[in-house]
Order: sequence, then C-alpha cells, then structure tokens
Amino acid sequence: MTSTARNNILQRLRSAPQGKPPLAPDVHGFYATARNAAPAEDRAARIERFCEKMAFWRGEVVRVTHSNWAESLRALCVAKNVNSLLYGAQTAQAAALEAAGINGLKPYDRPVDDWKPELFRDTDAGFTSTRGGITETGTLILWPDEKEPRLMSLVPPIHFALLDASQLYDNFFDAMTGQGWSGDEASAGISKMPTNALLISGPSKTADIQVTLAYGAHGPKELVILLVVNEEEL
Amino acid sequence: MSAHENSQPLKFIPASEFKQRTSEAVSDELLRKSFRGAMDFLMAKRATQFPDPVALEAQRGLAEHIRKYSLAHLPDLLEQLERNLTANGIQVHWAENAEQANAIIVGIAQKHSAKLMVKGKSMVSEETELNHAMEAVGIEALESDMGEYIVQLDGEKPSHIIMPAIHKTKQQIAKLFAEKVPGASYTESVDELIGIGRAVLREKFMTAEIGLSGVNFAVAETGTLCLVENEGNGRMCTTVPKVHVAITGIEKIVEKLEHVPPLFGLLTRSATGQAVTTYFNMISRPRQPGEKDGPQEVHLVLLDNGRTQAYNDEQMRSTLQCIRCGACMNHCPVYTRVGGHAYGTTYPGPIGEIISPHMMGLAATHALPTASSLCGACSEVCPVKIPIPDLLIRLRGEASHDARPGHAPLVGQGAAKSALMDIVWAGWAALYTRPALYRAFGWLATRFRFLTPPMQSGWTYSRTPLKPAARSLRDLLAERKRK
Repeated sequence: MTSTARNNILQRLRSAPQGKPPLAPDVHGFYATARNAAPAEDRAARIERFCEKMAFWRGEVVRVTHSNWAESLRALCVAKNVNSLLYGAQTAQAAALEAAGINGLKPYDRPVDDWKPELFRDTDAGFTSTRGGITETGTLILWPDEKEPRLMSLVPPIHFALLDASQLYDNFFDAMTGQGWSGDEASAGISKMPTNALLISGPSKTADIQVTLAYGAHGPKELVILLVVNEEEL
Repeated sequence: MSAHENSQPLKFIPASEFKQRTSEAVSDELLRKSFRGAMDFLMAKRATQFPDPVALEAQRGLAEHIRKYSLAHLPDLLEQLERNLTANGIQVHWAENAEQANAIIVGIAQKHSAKLMVKGKSMVSEETELNHAMEAVGIEALESDMGEYIVQLDGEKPSHIIMPAIHKTKQQIAKLFAEKVPGASYTESVDELIGIGRAVLREKFMTAEIGLSGVNFAVAETGTLCLVENEGNGRMCTTVPKVHVAITGIEKIVEKLEHVPPLFGLLTRSATGQAVTTYFNMISRPRQPGEKDGPQEVHLVLLDNGRTQAYNDEQMRSTLQCIRCGACMNHCPVYTRVGGHAYGTTYPGPIGEIISPHMMGLAATHALPTASSLCGACSEVCPVKIPIPDLLIRLRGEASHDARPGHAPLVGQGAAKSALMDIVWAGWAALYTRPALYRAFGWLATRFRFLTPPMQSGWTYSRTPLKPAARSLRDLLAERKRK
C-alpha cells in the first residue's frame, strides 16, 4: 500500500507544471548582513544579554567558576530541598559532582525501561551539561547521549544545566554552523546530527487556559543555569 | 477511570453547514468574548516581536524564498528525506489519504499490542481523525497538549491550531475538570488546573506503548524531524514510549538544516509572539546501542490528502508554503467573530479556507472562501507571504464555474454553480456594457421603485431591503449643472 502511495504521490508531484525554480536561498548572506549591520558584542555584553533573555523565560542563571560550580550546585540543592539529583556517572563533570558531597546523587546508569516509576515519581532534579547557549533568545543547546540520556532534562521537576560562557553564540544559525551540525568538508558532508538535539529556553510552560501563563506544564517547573565565567566576571 | 472513558463522543460539525453555524456563533456572547480577548492578546504580542518593519520584510522575504525553493524541489527532497531517514534507522511510510495514514498507524500500534497512545500536538492527526481509527480497534488515543487534552475531555475539536481550547473560559475548564477528572475538585486557579492535567498525563506517559507527534520541519539533508513546543509533552511523547510515530503533510520539508532557523524564528514570533519556544526538539534516530532512553522504533508517515491537488496549480501551490503559525486567524476579523468551530474543518480561519477545499473538496467547502471581507490582514502578517486573498478569489471562482481550459478540475469543481446567479451576472454585464440599456434601466428603476421586493434573499437576512433612490445620481448631477 505504502509503495503504491509513494509512487502515486511522487508521480503527481513530478507531473505538476514547473516554472523556473528559484535559486537556492542565501541564508548565510542573510545572517552576514544582519551581523554587519549591528556592532559586534563583546564577551561581557553577550553574557549580560544571555542572562537577561533567560530571565525573561524564567530561567534562573547563577554565575559560577570552573572551580566552584559543584559547590554552588550543592548549596542550590540544599536551598531547593533536593533529595535526589540525577546525573551521568561517565561524564567529565561526574568526579566534581561526586566530590561535592551532594545529597542523594543518583546516576542514570540503566535503561529507562527498568526504572520508569522511580524516575517519574522519586527524582527531584536532574543535572546535565550543555553544548552551548544562544544569546539572542536565551537558549541552551543540549545533545543528550548515552552518558547523559534525554529524559534527564525533562522528567525531574528541576533541571540544573552547566553552561560555559565561552560557548555563547549570537543566534541559532551561528550555533549550528559554528559547531558544524550538518557536516562540513572534513566529515565529507556527513551529518553530525545526534539521535536527539535540543534547544531549551526556560522551564516547561503553557498558556492554553485563557492565555494565562503557567509553568511546569509537563516538563521541569524550574530551570537553573550554572553559567561558568571567569573569576572577575562573577 | 481514564480521561478517555469519561470523554464525550465527538460532536461532528459538517463544513457544509457553515452559514447556519456562523449565525449561531456570532450570537454566543461568551464565545465572542473569549476569541476577541485572545486574538487581541496574540496580535499585540506578535507586534512587539517585530518592531522594525524593514527587518521584518527581509525576514519574510527569506522565509518565503525558502518555502518556494523547497516546494519547487519537493519530489526530490521527499526522496532525499526518505533516504536519509532510512539510513538513520527511521521507517518512512507514505499515505495518499487519511484512511491509509490511519491504517499504517493502527498497524504499527497493533504490531506492538499497544493499548494506549499518547499524542503530542498534531493537526495532521486531527485531519485524519486518527483518534477515531484508534478507538475503533480498541486503542486509547490520548491528547497530551494541555489545550488538546481539555477539548478531548469535552468531546470537542480544537478551535485554533495553536491554542486549541481558546474558546473556553477558565470557569468552563474548572467545571469540566471537576466533572471528568477523577479526584479533581473545582478550582479556578490556572496553576492548579495545569497541575491536575500534569499529574494525570505523567502517569499516561509512563504507561503508553506508543507516542505520536506531528512535525514542524523535516530536514532532507540530515534526515531530521523538528518539533516546536512549550509544554514538554511533545518531548515526552517522542522519548518515553517504546515507539514514536510522527505524521506530517508532504509539504513540511526543507532541504538544509540552515533553512530551519529563519523559519523557526518567524514561526514562534508570528504564532504567539515568543522569540523562541521552550523546546525545539530535533530527532534524527531511534535509540542507539548504549543509549538509555528514547524510542526503539521511530516512524514517519508522509500524508498527501489533497496537497498534490494544490501543488498541481502554480498559483494554488503557494498554499503549501504555510508553516502553521496561525497568525492569519489571529488577525482575521471573520475568525475573531465566529471562532474556530464554525468552520467545521480541521484548519479554521484564512488558511483553512484555502487548504480545506483541497482536502475535503469544494462541494463541502465552497462557502469557506466566501467567509472573508478580503481585507488582506492575513497575507500582511503571513510570515511566508501566502497571497491568501488572491487564493480566496480564485477558489470562489473555481466553485462557481467549470475547469478552465488547460486546468485540471479540482475535486468539487463548480460545486456552487447556480443558473440563477449566472443569469443575474449575465444581465448585469449586459446592462453595464450597453449605454442605452443602462439609461433605460435607470429611468425604469427610479420610477418603478415601489415594485422592489421586500425579501431579497441573502441581503435581507440581516439588513433592510435595498430600494433604488427616487432620482439617480446622474440625474442629480445633471440638474446641479443646469442651475
């Protein structure tokens, strides 16, 4: 059925009248023009803008350093009454997390199918790294993987995310081209897109009841960003 | 008891009874208040996102270009998408109509002995009436977008493509929850109401065997399905169950990943006046070895359902540029007054008026393109510059005459043809192209004006009858000149 349908659909599309096809859109040129029109922001301005935009989405930004972020996270967990914090035990951050003495540290070390009820009902918070941030919109970039599974940033009511301020991009386009998401010459044009890539801007929300904004629709009720900056930028 | 067992049988509203329903809708004070308030809110929020009209024009120009380019290469891009998705491990299915699409999804569900399917927001699955097909074989299909959950609980269909429950007040929703959700007590607090929905649906995400979603953009070069949402239910449906089925119209495709940011930026700003949504979810593969969550199977159903008819005509093809932001309905004076349900179609408002005839045929939908004052607000705000008023005029014409030479007839071509109308217009044309006849008519009309009938069909349903003046303008001007 589906192969007949396929052939019929493609045949109908191919037999439709075609005028002169438009040239490929110049998306790079569009963003280059926009970039040239506005003065480039320095690092401090980028950090400011990111914090301002993230605050608009009700994301809580906490400035930390390379050496004290785990301690800051511990203090936040205490303040928010977090008794179980999900983390990836194989990640580069694991050692620092384990050394910080965080109460109820829980590794995501089994397939979700083995412990769904516990994940959904008895996990207060999740901690993940990020691949960067977007200043224009106050957005985090996450590429979940086997070390940091997808549901860590979705199911627990609080999501803590670690973001390095040197990984801030001006906009979505700059982020995907800067990180070569769709592949580059070195990768012979092979896409680097992972199983799942995510942009996250604030905690989950809805305005479906009488356009009244409410947070914590299905995902996290709180999003806390640990923004890693230099000592003097604190 | 589940929400589904408690929900009402769906109320069907045929599109062909559009006129009757619009008069009911305009006299419903609560409904009009809900829509007026929400549309004013959405228009104001959109406006704050586009302070610079020159920049907006540049963005719309680029977005239109991307969509036109994608459509010009549609068959090639569909094949490229299929190749890359398949290489990534995502199974691709093709459906010419709603029945085929539903049969494919029912087949997948039955293969996995599914009892429950949780659904992220998908207007295409509304279009195919998927929930009925699932229920017919004993599989519960539960909407998990808060708005969709509310309308499903009340046995209704969405009244807006972005805000499905916009026609309801919070008091109505409070009453609905208290009656239908086990254990819920009456509360008008929106936070508490959302909390009730959250608690019910989280249990369902955990137990559902299948998750269904729509697609906002499908990227051919990488084999990636993109989903836009605020709530997180879309991520739940595409991550927690063992199987994820995505369904989309064949037109929602772009060639390159870099084509996505300009469209995404305009979609959310035009739809709800947000610079970005909470989540932008890009799915390229099922769960890989070593990964601990995500579905083990991912399927994509590509649906035609009349889209190739629109594609077959170079003017009407622009209908398929749509990225489903809903700005046209938010700004439509008719939609704001009659609401989404009056249309009786999956897609209401201006976009519904130009896409529904291709999906359902002109016989059922010929009244829809007439539900416009042609004010042009829709095309002015359309982020991909669809010339909606031109298409409305075109479809009014197609409904009232046979296919023109060189054009294939549309389904329901000429459905609104009327011999009386043809005679009236032929008479009108004769009068206005023959000066002698025109003068004679003017002379007679001013003298025998007392013969004008008091009942004048559609005109007198809600207006006083027309009557020629005692003296024509031409006479009055001539007299003035003489003085």
